[in-house]
Amino acid sequence: MAARVKQIKRRGRTFLEQLYLIEVIKGMGVTITHFLRNLRDNRNLYVRDYPEVKPEITSRWRGRHRLTLHPDGTVKCVACFMCQTNCPSECIMIEATERLDGVAEKMPARFTIDLLECIYCGYCVEACPMDAIRMDTGIFSVTGTSREDMVLELEDLLATPGGFAEHEQEDR
Amino acid sequence: MELSLLNAFIAVFIAIAFVGANAAYLVWWERKGAGFFQRRPGPTENGPWGLLQPPLDGIKLMTKQLLIPGGVDKAIFMVAPVLAMFPALVSFVTIPFSSSIQAHTIEVGVLLIFAFAALGSMSLLVAGWSSRNKYAMISSIRAVSQTVAYEIPLLITTITVVLIAGSLELSEIAAAQMGGIWNWYIWPFQKSAGFNIFMPISFMIMFICSVAETNRAPFDLGEAESELVAGFHTEYSSMGFGLFFMGEYANIVIGACLITILFLGGWACPFGDLGFFPFTHHVGWFLLKLYLIIFVFVWIRWTFPRTTIYGLLNLSWQYMIPLSLFNLLLTAALIKVFA
Repeated sequence: MAARVKQIKRRGRTFLEQLYLIEVIKGMGVTITHFLRNLRDNRNLYVRDYPEVKPEITSRWRGRHRLTLHPDGTVKCVACFMCQTNCPSECIMIEATERLDGVAEKMPARFTIDLLECIYCGYCVEACPMDAIRMDTGIFSVTGTSREDMVLELEDLLATPGGFAEHEQEDR
Repeated sequence: MELSLLNAFIAVFIAIAFVGANAAYLVWWERKGAGFFQRRPGPTENGPWGLLQPPLDGIKLMTKQLLIPGGVDKAIFMVAPVLAMFPALVSFVTIPFSSSIQAHTIEVGVLLIFAFAALGSMSLLVAGWSSRNKYAMISSIRAVSQTVAYEIPLLITTITVVLIAGSLELSEIAAAQMGGIWNWYIWPFQKSAGFNIFMPISFMIMFICSVAETNRAPFDLGEAESELVAGFHTEYSSMGFGLFFMGEYANIVIGACLITILFLGGWACPFGDLGFFPFTHHVGWFLLKLYLIIFVFVWIRWTFPRTTIYGLLNLSWQYMIPLSLFNLLLTAALIKVFA
């Protein structure tokens, strides 16, 4: 199929347009209609009053990390180092230890994520063979007053609940 | 009104209060207007419709640290913001808000305002020069070349009006336009102007020049953030910056006052002299016209993108000055023939 060519009329070369005065008034007409429309009804703007009204976040959105648990409450992570190896910003630090509860052979003794290094790319989630690390908490505003505040330990990661129920999860 | 010390004191006090209130609330109005023109709500957090924003901004500016960078020319650096504010204040002395409200009647009021307006651009030059910052420097060069370019057509157009009114006194120029909207100098075919058809063009030149004189968008080349950091006040913080800001808005008010007096009849009621109506020729009309013009300034600012410095200077030297000169000569000839 031949490409359809649409000729766009060149504007701005006629005398009246070169004079600018009429075009200037046209432009001002456009903005004053915006102004008057706002003056009449200022409610339906595409503006979110952010601190009061939180943005709607889908479950696919990559928020702060968390570590998940098996239904019986044991840690899913088997300290395979896939996420740490995959991490492009090298923000994950795992210390593995022997696992004695019979679920697996290894478990993390320490699992540290430096959020100041993290670029929220989600590669750790994709790499994880156990679905142990997820970014579905919906936490988008990560703040702290010191560098230490921004380093998450294993306990913090396990204690963070998921932001979405199972039925809200979209296919990943 | 005789000029006693008390009168002078009250006049100065009112002038400063008027300038301060205007400068503060024009910032609010500018932000609110910007929001409305761009389909945003504008300031809403502080007070109803964000009306408490200006005093809080003032408190913030005053409590911030006044930083003087190393290597600046200290004395000149400190003088520049004052120099930006003070000519604007002085100009208010001559502006007649109505036939009775005028701080001091000066026979060469127009001249005085332009003299002090020129001094205002001096402050920009001095600020940029003393800052030891190349961006501030470039910005002040731009601002001065712009002021020089636009002062000429502004003055020539003003001379046209002075010729028609036959006086340099602002209150007399306004008084010459009394008696209805058709007597204002904005309209063509005035008898006193010798039936000059080009009076609206004079008004346009005056208007465009005042926008350029006050360094406002689309002619705010001195404050082109995209290329010059912040402009001539890059190195200023705290109330030094605040004074520049206030001076800028005071200049806008003065520009709008001048347009009102020279072309829109000052405090003249647009419906002529209505004997039964108590508010003919009242200060209210002056303020109404003044704020309408300021609204148009804001409207223009949020409609048009910034021009280039060459486009700006070309507009003045190639179009404004020849047009205004032509209009001056034509008006002089027509007055000689008809009036």
